[in-house]
Amino acid sequence: MKGLRIFERSIRDGFKSVGRNFGLSFASIMCTTITLILVALAIVCAVNVEHATKTIESELSIIVYLDANISEEDRNNIETDIRSRSAVESLSVKTKDEWKLEMAESEEDLKTVLDFLGENPLMDTFTVYVNDVRELSDTAKYISSITGVETVKYGENMVESIITIFDVLEKVVVVIVIALVLVTAFLISNTIKLTIFSRRNEIEIMRLVGASNTAIKLPFVVEGFIIGLIGSIIPICITIYGYVILYSRLHGHLFTNVLTLVKPFNFVFWVSLVLVAIGSIVGMFGSLRAVRKHLKI
Amino acid sequence: MKLIEFNKVSKTYKNGVTALADVSVSIDKGEFVFVIGLTASGKSTFIKMLYREEKPTKGTVTVGGLNVGKIRNGKVYKLRRRIGIVFQDFKLLPKLTVYENVAFALECVGMKEKDIRPKVLDALEHVGLKHKLRSFPGELSGGEQQRVCIARAIVNDPKILVCDEPTGNLDPKTSKEIMDVIESINKNLGTTIIMATHDQDIVNRMKKRVLLINQGLLAGDYAKGSYKAK
Repeated sequence: MKGLRIFERSIRDGFKSVGRNFGLSFASIMCTTITLILVALAIVCAVNVEHATKTIESELSIIVYLDANISEEDRNNIETDIRSRSAVESLSVKTKDEWKLEMAESEEDLKTVLDFLGENPLMDTFTVYVNDVRELSDTAKYISSITGVETVKYGENMVESIITIFDVLEKVVVVIVIALVLVTAFLISNTIKLTIFSRRNEIEIMRLVGASNTAIKLPFVVEGFIIGLIGSIIPICITIYGYVILYSRLHGHLFTNVLTLVKPFNFVFWVSLVLVAIGSIVGMFGSLRAVRKHLKI
Repeated sequence: MKLIEFNKVSKTYKNGVTALADVSVSIDKGEFVFVIGLTASGKSTFIKMLYREEKPTKGTVTVGGLNVGKIRNGKVYKLRRRIGIVFQDFKLLPKLTVYENVAFALECVGMKEKDIRPKVLDALEHVGLKHKLRSFPGELSGGEQQRVCIARAIVNDPKILVCDEPTGNLDPKTSKEIMDVIESINKNLGTTIIMATHDQDIVNRMKKRVLLINQGLLAGDYAKGSYKAK
């Protein structure tokens, strides 16, 4: 019962203190707000970069050209062989007759040429997609070694560069987000440390009149939580409204149709949740760390 | 058993300064004791050991059966709930009213709201400040602020009241009024009073037991009324 009363008092006092020390609370809230806006921006950029690279990567495929006079049985065997590779995500077959039909339908002149040739000069093809784009090169090499395979095409040089660039890009973005979160934690907890430093007398008096350490820490932890929570409101609004507006203005694409943006819902809500979590948790632990320093009297 | 016992207590600070050396003294329940000495004589260290702001480097300090040196930092509140402390600089919270400042000591220990009010009013009545409940410390005179500090110290019904130069910042007339309040607490509530002071007039006039500390040593322990300032 006593513990519950101390808890109730802590919540009440936490709210009261935010109001009573409004100037300092406001400074902490603003600091939280500004840093969380930066974090929100970084997260939105990071997730979109990740999304764009994944989209482009998933479009990369291997085109397998089979020998011109391959039997249906051999073709099926090769298909089964390729499908059995763990790296292969999917495979679609297009026979030379299907190619001929498609080409003939698309262009009248081509139809005339193909008809003139009599025998179908085209080849059966497979389009192979892999689970992970890093497997593309090895899979292509393997397929080209199978008897009955004429040629394999996967844009060798370009794919290697794209993979390297995307790898670096993803790492850079992750490092930026982590660095920003750490800077945020540092800034918020330091601002709170300053506000608590100015109230060290209060902590000293609490200690001297016989308050337990828990009873002293709790109101400050609640206060830190409230500051973090209020500080995350503006960043959340900016994220939700800003991203939804940006998405609709750009019609979901960045520069070209290839680079699609992440759909706003539920993405913005996840980002908001992350912001609230960072704000309130850093607020709470920042306060706790700062109060502890003054509990030595 | 004695209420307070110093047994061969020494205190040496990290910078090498010895504040107390081999001090042994005991104080009974209900006593009124002055601790006097020059600045830097060690009397502040003596007083601070009572509520464990300082710990002895040698010897033992026992207060109400608790070995002060052995109390962990997280458990100090158990000792401090038995002691009321009056400071020279009052240590009031400027943003709380008189009532709230006194109630603060009870709220901190988790007392029920309905029990707090009568106790706070009682304590304020005792120091003669019941009519200033809603004032803030900044609106009070030094003497009145000290009364609030005393009310906060006694609201928890402590067995011991430790006063660290309570009249140091006050004029002689106000000092006398404060001493009257402290003496009435000793007489009417039976609270043991340990008071550090510089004020020879007060010590001479009140004729209580006096502990004289000089250069860290207990230079004299004068029974009630036997001390005369030179």
